[in-house]
Amino acid sequence: MSQLSSKHVIGIEHLTVDDIQLILKTATQFKEIINRPIKKVPTLRDITIANLFFENSTRTRISFELAQKRLSADVINFTSSSSSVKKGETLLDTVNNILSMKVDMIVMRHESPGAAHYLAERVDAQIVNAGDGTHEHPTQALLDTYSMQEKIGDVKNKKIAIIGDIMHSRVALSNIFCLKKLGAEILLCGPSTLIPKHIGALGVHVSHNVDEALQWCDVANVLRIQLERQNTKYFPSLREYALYFGVNKQRLDKLQKEIVIMHPGPINRGVELTSDVADSEHSIILEQVENGVAIRMAVMYLLANKQA
Amino acid sequence: MSDAIILNGKQIQLTIERLSREVIESINFENTVLIGVQPRGVLLAERIHQRIKELTQINIPFGKIDTTFHRDDFRRGKSLNAKVTEIDFHIEEKNVILVDDVLFTGRTIRAAMDALLSFGRPLKIELLVLIDRRFNRELPIQPDFVGRVVDTIEKVDVEVHWAINTTDADEVVFVKSNNG
Repeated sequence: MSQLSSKHVIGIEHLTVDDIQLILKTATQFKEIINRPIKKVPTLRDITIANLFFENSTRTRISFELAQKRLSADVINFTSSSSSVKKGETLLDTVNNILSMKVDMIVMRHESPGAAHYLAERVDAQIVNAGDGTHEHPTQALLDTYSMQEKIGDVKNKKIAIIGDIMHSRVALSNIFCLKKLGAEILLCGPSTLIPKHIGALGVHVSHNVDEALQWCDVANVLRIQLERQNTKYFPSLREYALYFGVNKQRLDKLQKEIVIMHPGPINRGVELTSDVADSEHSIILEQVENGVAIRMAVMYLLANKQA
Repeated sequence: MSDAIILNGKQIQLTIERLSREVIESINFENTVLIGVQPRGVLLAERIHQRIKELTQINIPFGKIDTTFHRDDFRRGKSLNAKVTEIDFHIEEKNVILVDDVLFTGRTIRAAMDALLSFGRPLKIELLVLIDRRFNRELPIQPDFVGRVVDTIEKVDVEVHWAINTTDADEVVFVKSNNG
C-alpha cells in the first residue's frame, strides 16, 4: 500500500483502514522533516493549492498553509469575508473561476455540511475537506489519532472519551470514524441535549457523567462548546456546563490513574477545560498542533501523487 | 539470463573489507561520517560502519537518509513510500560518505545530495557503492569508492541480496527485469 484509494479527502468515513495507516506512517517522515534545520522539501513544487476558507479558522488555515509551504507548493489563500462571495457569487462559480487559473488542489472549509462532497462531484481539482459544518474534519481526526499513538501507542482496544458538544462537532464525528476503524473503544460524554439521538448506532458508548467517563478512558478528547452553531439553548448557562461537564484538576486528581488530555482548539478556558489542566503535563494540546502540519503534509503529498 | 551471480558471499566480504580500509585510509578519516541511502544502501553502510569500528575502535557517526521527497520522478507513476531518515549529528564541515548498494542512473544520489543539504553544509560529499553500472548514468555523478564495476544493459537489473539468516550467504546477481 503506497497510494490512497481516493482522489479526495472528504471525510474519514470514506477512507479505508489502509489509507489511514498510510497517512499516519507518511506523517512520521514529515514530522522528521519539519524538525530539520531546513524544514522544506521540493516535492510539490509543480502543484498549486488554493485554500478556501468560508468560515473562520486560525490553526487549520495556518497549519495547511505551512504544510503546503514546507512541501514547496504554490499557495493562494481565499477568505470569504473579503471576496466576491459577498456580492452573491455561488460556491461553484467561485471555485470554477479559481480553477481556471490552473489550480490543482483545493483545501476548503465551509459552514455547510457536505460542501466538500458537493465540490468533489462537480469540479476537476482534488478536494481536501478542512471542515464542513457539523459533518467532518478529517485532518483533525488524523492528527488526533497520530498524537494519541505517539503518546500511548497503537489505539487498538484503547479507550477514548470524547467529551462536550458532540452534536455540533465535526471533530467528534471524524474522530469516531477514524478511531473505530482502527479498533479503539469510544465513549461520548456530554449533556443529553448535545448528544445526537441514535449516535449509539455508530458503535459508541454514551455517558452523561463526566467523572465516569474520565475514570473509564485512557485519553479524553475534550471539545469546545460551539456557541456559534447553537441557535437554541442546550443548557442553562456556561457556568452550569462547566460545573457538570468541565474537566478540571479536582476531577483528574480523583482518578486512580493518569489520562491524556486533548483538545482540538480553540479552548474556552474555564468552560470545557480549566487552565491548570490545559497547561498540565497530561495535556498534549500543543503536540496536536505540531502534528497537524505533518499530517496535512502527508495528506496533500499522497493526494498529489495520486493525481499522476 | 536469470540470476547470474556477480559477487558471491565470500567476494562481497572481501569487497566490504577493502572498501572499509579505503575509507579508513582516506585523508580526513577522523572527520568522516557515513550515511546510508534508504532503503538498501543502509544495509551496506551498516556493515562498513561495523567493520571500520572493528578495525580502528573508532565509532564514526552513522546515519540514514531517505530520498523520496527529493526525487525528480514524483507523480510519474512510481509509488513512493518514504522510509526513515535518521541523522542525529551535525554534518556541517564534515566529510560525508554517502553509501548505496548499486549506482545506476545517478538520480537517487542526486536526490540524496539534495536531501542531505537540508541538514547543513558538509565540507565534502563522497560516494561509496558496492556495484557501479557504469554505462547507465543519466547524470554526471561518479563514485569515489567502488566495489565492482559492471557493464549492463538497461533491461537487466542488478540486485544485492543481503543474507537475513546466518545460514544464507550474501550475493549480487543479475536479474532479468520485468519490463525487459
